[in-house]
Amino acid sequence: MAENNPFPGENNTGHVWDDNLRELKNPPPRWWMLAFWASVAFWVGYAILYPMWPIGQEPTQGVLGWSQMKEYEEGVEQITAKRAQFEEKLAGMTADQIIADPGLKEYTLASAKVLFGDNCRACHGSGGAGNPGYPVLADDDWLYGGTTAKIQESIAAGRKGVMTAHEKILSPVEVDTLAQWAVQMNDTAGAGGSPEGWALFKSKGCTACHGEKANGHVVDLPNGEFVSVGAANLTDGIWRFEPGGFESAKHTILYGVNQTNVPGTRDAVMPVWGPDPTRGGVAKLGPEEIKKLVVYVHAFGGGQ
Amino acid sequence: MSMSDTRQHQAAVDALYDEAEHWHVNTGGETIHAKRIRGRWRTIKWMTAGVWLIFFLGPYLRWDGRQAVLFDIPSRQYHLFGVTILPQDFWMLSLLLLFFAILLAVVTALVGRVWCGFFCFQTVWTDIFTWIEEWLEGTPPQRRKLDQAPLSRAKVRIKLTKHLLWILIGFFTGFSFVAWFSDAPALWGAFFLGEANSAVYISVTLFTVGTYILAGYLREQTCFWLCPYARIQGVMLDKTTIVPTYDERRGEPRGRVRKGETEASRTNGDCVDCKQCVAVCPTGIDIRQGQQEGCITCALCIDACDEVMEKVGRPRGLIRYASLDEFAGQAPKALLLRPRVWVYATILVVALSGIFYGMSSLDAIDLKVLHERAPLFVTLSDGSIQNKYTLKMLNKMPEELAVRISVSGPEGLKLVGAEAPVIIHAGGVTPAMVFVKVPKRNLNKAQEPIRFRVEATRPDGLVVESERTSVFVGPDR
Repeated sequence: MAENNPFPGENNTGHVWDDNLRELKNPPPRWWMLAFWASVAFWVGYAILYPMWPIGQEPTQGVLGWSQMKEYEEGVEQITAKRAQFEEKLAGMTADQIIADPGLKEYTLASAKVLFGDNCRACHGSGGAGNPGYPVLADDDWLYGGTTAKIQESIAAGRKGVMTAHEKILSPVEVDTLAQWAVQMNDTAGAGGSPEGWALFKSKGCTACHGEKANGHVVDLPNGEFVSVGAANLTDGIWRFEPGGFESAKHTILYGVNQTNVPGTRDAVMPVWGPDPTRGGVAKLGPEEIKKLVVYVHAFGGGQ
Repeated sequence: MSMSDTRQHQAAVDALYDEAEHWHVNTGGETIHAKRIRGRWRTIKWMTAGVWLIFFLGPYLRWDGRQAVLFDIPSRQYHLFGVTILPQDFWMLSLLLLFFAILLAVVTALVGRVWCGFFCFQTVWTDIFTWIEEWLEGTPPQRRKLDQAPLSRAKVRIKLTKHLLWILIGFFTGFSFVAWFSDAPALWGAFFLGEANSAVYISVTLFTVGTYILAGYLREQTCFWLCPYARIQGVMLDKTTIVPTYDERRGEPRGRVRKGETEASRTNGDCVDCKQCVAVCPTGIDIRQGQQEGCITCALCIDACDEVMEKVGRPRGLIRYASLDEFAGQAPKALLLRPRVWVYATILVVALSGIFYGMSSLDAIDLKVLHERAPLFVTLSDGSIQNKYTLKMLNKMPEELAVRISVSGPEGLKLVGAEAPVIIHAGGVTPAMVFVKVPKRNLNKAQEPIRFRVEATRPDGLVVESERTSVFVGPDR
């Protein structure tokens, strides 16, 4: 071949086809070849150092022993160590003490945001905005009290309010009168309830739970706190069950709250987040987590 | 001319032509060893290069007990003599960059690539590097000879000294750069004790290696192939721009001075084709080919040509700062009649006034108001509407401030959560959560404007304040 090369001296390989189609020796520039071999070397080094070959169940592990999971776990360790200084301080403090310390409060709010999102937001809405049937946490209307102690109690032990279904106890006219009265009370912040309504309210046993003043306080304590069973305050502008108004109030009176065997009864259960006696004392959230949530919920705007 | 004068003259010309064999136009294949000569532009070049002393010495200036100019990245503060600028005021930086970008443009449009030829770090550093090279290795022919000479003890000694000096300059360049971002005197100690931040070591290493390679090896190739400004600047020239230009009408036809020829009898132009302009050119181009991308307008060829013209007894200025218009026989256009000048000047003035406004209106505190979105508003038991706000208060003062928060808006509004003054940290942002309650009957629209105001009294009794308008959201009407 090479002997009768028709294109001598032009640096071809001597392979010629169809008279003049030939292969030239034009290697890539040196820097390109260097980069090429360097990348091959990199690849070999990488295969030795890092997980690479999918052999068997798991890939080869690499001599460095690096894995994404380990890197993640190290990251978590680092952040936990960073948080430890705050967590240690928080451990010895009450929710009220945390609220009084601006720096720790800020830390707790940031930390509890995740807890609230994971556990509470599905029902109570982000920022405690509430959902139909689930109380707004950002307002100052508390069924069970809005102090840190009461909030802590509500989260740890859960709440389950009860209201009797009055479908068979009251006549339709009485139900209408009471529902109308509840609307008037709501519109006028407790000042404009009709005398007929008040008479029914007092005579049909409503005061046992809603209190003499219909404000949900069963007993007012001398220190300003009150005892309640979770009955709604009927003297403010806030409806416990959305959308509120005459039909809605009537529905609640007729079918009650959390009644067994009453179709249409209002469902209103706050689950137990602390140690649950019905599950052998298993807790969904630890005391520290609940404490953070107390601070978080208290800061929504209605905390007392 | 007397006899001896003529002989002397002839000898000078002969020497020039002997040398001319060595000078070639840069084709990128070999290292350019430009000849160094004295001259007016050479002196100017040294002076303009001296501006870079600020870069090396600036970090050691002190002001009020700290570094006068310090870009403190970890604590996100920029100290400029008495002024401290926080990231929130960094919009001024964009105006500053705009200013310098346009300044580059306007200077280029008027007098060509002055930046490239006289100020650019690439040019200046290369100049220093080749100056060291000349000092150690001798003139360009000697340098070329040394490069080709076989390895010897003397060659190794010279080369090693040169490269060490280059690396040392590279190191000082990197260190000085880093010193603008860190307390300079303390950095020296920390650097050599191995206690400095890893970013410091990385930056200094990158700068050292970068300087060594760019100024030691790449040199004019940087201007040819790497530098984007070189290309952009070329576009900004026009016919009125004055740049070092070869006067073709005077010079051509170029030709060597022939023996026995007198000034009166010669038929050639003024150019004696001695190639001195090529010899001194740091980018190795031939200016006689006209404006070209390789020309960084350093004006060294003007020095070279003037010197030769003096020797051969012809008027100076065969190569000179001139515009294309001038060669076309047109009178230079007055500065203020060029639209470019007006456009550029306007942008410059706008940028400058922006910076001036920014510097003069640096607030002591800056207030940002974030309205809570979930929920947008809350109905309270007394029928009033409550909105939640997070106030982010930036304190640009060096001391803690006790801030009083007040708010104005719909009638009957009440601010909750800011009864006591809020302490805000020095040089940072402190958030505060406040609630605003408004009776429902006083709200006319779903959204009403509300204005927050924060004020604090500084230790010297001066009241500083900041205001910000936000929105108060209520139910739909």
